[in-house]
Amino acid sequence: MKKKNLLQRTIIILVITLAGIYIVIGPRRKPTLQDFTWSGIKATLASNIHLGLDLKGGSHLVMRVKTDAYLKILTQTNASAIQTAAKEAGLPVKDVRAEAAGSSYRITLEAADASKLSEIEEAVRKKVDLSDWSASTSGNIVTWTLPAAAQNKLAEQATEQAQRIIESRLDAVGVAEPLVQRHGSQSAHQILVQMPGITDPERVKQLLKAESKLELVHVVSPPSPAPVQTYNTEEEAKASLGATVPTNRRVWPYSERNEPTAASQNTADQGPKQKKWVVVESPAVVDGSELRNASATQSRAGADDYQIAFALKPAGADKFGAWTGANINEYMGVVLNDEVKSIAFIKSQIHDQGEISGKFTKQSADDLALTLRSGALPAPIEYQEERTVGPSLGADSIRSGVRASLFGLLFVVAFMLFYYRGAGVNAVVALILNVILMLAGLILFQATLTLPGMAGIILTIGMAVDSNVLIFERIREELRTGKTIPSAVEQGFARAFVTIIDTHVTTIISSLFLFVFGTGPLRGFAVTLVLGLVINLFSAVYVSRTIFMWELSRKRKLESLSI
Amino acid sequence: MIQVFKDVKIDWLANRRIFIAVSILLMLAGLSSAIFRQWKHPNGTEAFNLGVDFKGGTVVTARFKQRPSPEAIRDALAKTGVNDAIIQPVTDKPDVLIKLPLEGSGEESQAQVELGRTKVRNALNQFGAEKDAYEIIGTDAVGAVAGAQLRNKAIAVTLAALVGILMYIAFRFEWTYGAAAVIAVFHDVLVTLGFFSIFQWEVSLTVIAALLTLVGFSVNDTIVVFDRIRENRRLRRRDSLYKITNDSINQTLSRTVITSGLVFLSVLSMVLFGGEVLRGFSLALLIGITFGTYSSIAIASPIMVWWEQRIELANRTAAIATNRPAATGSRVSGTPSRQPVSSAPGKRSRGAGSA
Repeated sequence: MKKKNLLQRTIIILVITLAGIYIVIGPRRKPTLQDFTWSGIKATLASNIHLGLDLKGGSHLVMRVKTDAYLKILTQTNASAIQTAAKEAGLPVKDVRAEAAGSSYRITLEAADASKLSEIEEAVRKKVDLSDWSASTSGNIVTWTLPAAAQNKLAEQATEQAQRIIESRLDAVGVAEPLVQRHGSQSAHQILVQMPGITDPERVKQLLKAESKLELVHVVSPPSPAPVQTYNTEEEAKASLGATVPTNRRVWPYSERNEPTAASQNTADQGPKQKKWVVVESPAVVDGSELRNASATQSRAGADDYQIAFALKPAGADKFGAWTGANINEYMGVVLNDEVKSIAFIKSQIHDQGEISGKFTKQSADDLALTLRSGALPAPIEYQEERTVGPSLGADSIRSGVRASLFGLLFVVAFMLFYYRGAGVNAVVALILNVILMLAGLILFQATLTLPGMAGIILTIGMAVDSNVLIFERIREELRTGKTIPSAVEQGFARAFVTIIDTHVTTIISSLFLFVFGTGPLRGFAVTLVLGLVINLFSAVYVSRTIFMWELSRKRKLESLSI
Repeated sequence: MIQVFKDVKIDWLANRRIFIAVSILLMLAGLSSAIFRQWKHPNGTEAFNLGVDFKGGTVVTARFKQRPSPEAIRDALAKTGVNDAIIQPVTDKPDVLIKLPLEGSGEESQAQVELGRTKVRNALNQFGAEKDAYEIIGTDAVGAVAGAQLRNKAIAVTLAALVGILMYIAFRFEWTYGAAAVIAVFHDVLVTLGFFSIFQWEVSLTVIAALLTLVGFSVNDTIVVFDRIRENRRLRRRDSLYKITNDSINQTLSRTVITSGLVFLSVLSMVLFGGEVLRGFSLALLIGITFGTYSSIAIASPIMVWWEQRIELANRTAAIATNRPAATGSRVSGTPSRQPVSSAPGKRSRGAGSA
């Protein structure tokens, strides 16, 4: 029965070992002779193990969606929509105010006539989606506030939308195998982007961050042929509107450009002349969400000066066509990210085509067109963390990690063989098996190997050997009390096993916390450590025991045990 | 058979006052370093030399063809308006770490996450074009918010791990054992942090990983001893806890020394060959392992013995007061080794080897 037991154990171990070896160095295709050479094995190993950005090279970005800014803009937009709705219904409104302070967002509407209040509310409800807002009335005032639950819901939606836009932008710019996912707690509104192989992420960072908020607006100005009404300072522009800026007006900066003339072609004075300010109507006639397409085009043949031509979707084109048709000779502005890029008067009805001129290079025009196509971010984003590793630094880390692991292994092997002699061989076999199975586990679970993960492997080597030391010391002790060799081995394993379980579980507990709450590379450390410890229960206890059983079964009567 | 220790009979518990005094001194040294630095800022230091992970800021790793002197790099940075950078050449490579602290607050400091690399690049262009004279091979930039997040998380993870371990040991042994083990581990963490404060080694995320590892490792050591104590108490019911604890430490001593020695060696290979990135991690482990081994013998066991003795004393006093046998004592037993405390003074079943 013992013999049969031993055979069974040997088969299990052999199968697991061979499977492990195949997973680690086996190619994921039909093997060729090349795969059995040293460099072939190295190449397959490298392609099998999923390396983290800190080893492979790449860029890791954590960004936060500024959802507070989003809610503020939303409050303002709704306020202007409410005012417009009331005006269109022909109901007298004294004032509409948007207030965003701290985490309270509020719109107040003051009616000229308290008796008309419910009528106004009704008119507003038809035109403006205020389902997330809770309304209350007192006297001639309606107040819409955004409850905390709705704030969270909207902020969450904005973050999800931002994530989708970031994904599509990464896709458009051609980043290979990017990872985009939520980061941290839900209420942190953070997005993690990992881009393997991107070692200079400046351009991508700008692209992802670009708000690309495009609006076509009506500029408040006397119609053409009078020149467009501009102001030299922001204060001046605001002063023209009275004490406060009404909800349906905005003051934006405007960089006026010299139109290129034959005389000044290709000279420096084509640039922005002077920063001015203009007053525009709100809400915009159409915005970026109505865009069908955008692309960079050369302003003039041969010049290094680009503009963005855009086309509107049918619904937007209808709106735009109707508006331009009704406003011939009025001034229209193209606003990008809260800055007026160009102003022109409407010569005739325009349907779905337009352009954004400005001093763009090929690159910046391409990038802007790309971000416009992917849609505007619902809210600005800010970078909170960037970790970029170049391929040479990653290769260095791999080299030093491998070197440290090998030296650590070497130390341990040398000591075990020297101190425990025959039994030391057991420990060494168990150790090497542990390392192989750990790599196999990493590949099997498609876990990522990071630099701290390599440290985890080294540490596992140290801890794996502890199990063997515990067992061997115990066997020695039992031998000293005069037990026979088989019963000493039996007792040694049985007694040490209790301790081994306890020590493993405590270490796994602390690693699990690291895995669950840790970030990035630290999780890699926890992964290898937990994996190593679990495998160790197999390699140090089961495998080592089997080798002892095999040694004991070889001789009828064992006089001495090399331990 | 080669043996490190043969039949050692050291009375560890007799020296418990010295051990505990040494530990308290070490912790006080670390604590006073932290307090003093936080309060007086000698040479601009703080309680801990927090890395960008926790404090925020930017670290740019640049590899040069011909590495200029740190002074030259500092001058170049100053010319482009960066004045408080820390320049740290890497010993065995033509690399330089350039650390920019986080400036300003709020929006301004957030912008730095985006600008740090550009600033350094502008400065380094004075040494020649990028790719020709130098190359930026790595960047770590952390904003103030993310830094604070990482810091809070690190503290929370460490404490949660300690609580998890306490609960497991309480479940497997007794809560006195668990508490003693956790106090010992906490001591290891504090002593290690003390070293980091005194020598102003940089505390980064990987150092936190090292601290957690050392938590697991130190508890391992303690458990090996406690396991043996539990086993011996079951076998030798007549011996005092004092004697059993001493014997258990001695019986497991060769294992303790061999294992710690081996782990120490593998960590040492990390310090020597693991490169710059793992240095903080390996240093923390090296110290942690040393003190983790020490504390399981010198801190955890004495505390456990002292605590068990107090509980027994309290039980006995209660039994005498109610004039009933203490066998119905109030303690709930978690392990089979637990035995009723006899009210007969001569037949003390455990504890009180030295009162």
